[in-house]
Amino acid sequence: MDTRIIVVTSGKGGVGKTTVTANLSFRLAMEGYSVVAIDADIGLRNLDVVMGLENRIVFNIVDVIEEACKLPQALVRDKRVENLHLLPAAQTRTKEAVTSDQMLKLCNSLRGKYDFVLIDSPAGIESGFRNAAAGADEALVVVTPDVSSVRDADRIIGILESNQKKSIDLVVNRVRSKMIRSGKMLGVSDVSDILAVNIIGIIPEDDNVVTSTNKGEPLTLGSTSAAARAFENVSGRILGREIPLPDPTSFDENGLLTGLKKMFGRKAGRG
Amino acid sequence: MGFLDRFFKKKENSRKSARERLQLVLIHDRTDISPGTLERLRKDLIDVISDYMVISEDGIEIDLETEGNSVALVASIPVLEVKRQRSRKRDR
Repeated sequence: MDTRIIVVTSGKGGVGKTTVTANLSFRLAMEGYSVVAIDADIGLRNLDVVMGLENRIVFNIVDVIEEACKLPQALVRDKRVENLHLLPAAQTRTKEAVTSDQMLKLCNSLRGKYDFVLIDSPAGIESGFRNAAAGADEALVVVTPDVSSVRDADRIIGILESNQKKSIDLVVNRVRSKMIRSGKMLGVSDVSDILAVNIIGIIPEDDNVVTSTNKGEPLTLGSTSAAARAFENVSGRILGREIPLPDPTSFDENGLLTGLKKMFGRKAGRG
Repeated sequence: MGFLDRFFKKKENSRKSARERLQLVLIHDRTDISPGTLERLRKDLIDVISDYMVISEDGIEIDLETEGNSVALVASIPVLEVKRQRSRKRDR
């Protein structure tokens, strides 16, 4: 089994790394692949709550590295989707608790056992990020269409390139069609021109992301919202399917047409 | 501003300024030259050029400038006097 180890990173915080990691992990597992999602944000654990697995954690990544437990003991198995596992971060430790070499060793110990390992990186360009990226062959850089996020992504891409990652792809998150159309927001083409990196996904801003996070049920688990579909397409492209990128100016949750469709859809459903 | 002016005012295109500002700032980020490095470069340049001509050290301007997608190191160095022969003080 050829294991693909992918780090999800961004530089800037709050752009959606954890949401992307959670949704892609669920989707890939639902496609039948075995997946380990690793929370590498030691001290600021969050992937567990976003995935809805926070109540089932016994051991964490630092326990594994310090050999307080075996790796399989620390993996939290999801009960909703087969073959999905979470390796949680430690909450009461700091990023200094692990080194790059230890992360590399940990990642390599997963090779051959799972199809995908997705690593949720902490924000920043310091040790936490470097550790998260150490064992990965590929990188997904999450970026939102704003100047600070794009600038930070550029730094991260520079570091990843110098670390010779096999591939670096961009996920443009929180895209607001209406603002792009009226020239008030950077378009996806602006972001790709500036960063010169392949775009693997365009995710619209979607209220459902908030509500799904509230419940600990990632969108890809069953929602049909715009963001859920976008995440499905990203996972399809990761699997090598030829799925054309959507028009970033066409996501319109609140558009008139969509509104009418919803209205009629609801009526039809009732009737 | 009159009512009509306000009504027909051209939409402010902040996307354009975001794009332009980013492109500019990234060129500096990518060249990764710190002020300290630039200062060392300045001193070395003065050293080398002084072998050939007398220059005004106070009037030197060194900067990275962008044109399209390329970066140029632009130095403006006022020459006070051209030496007739290369002095040998830098022989190593």
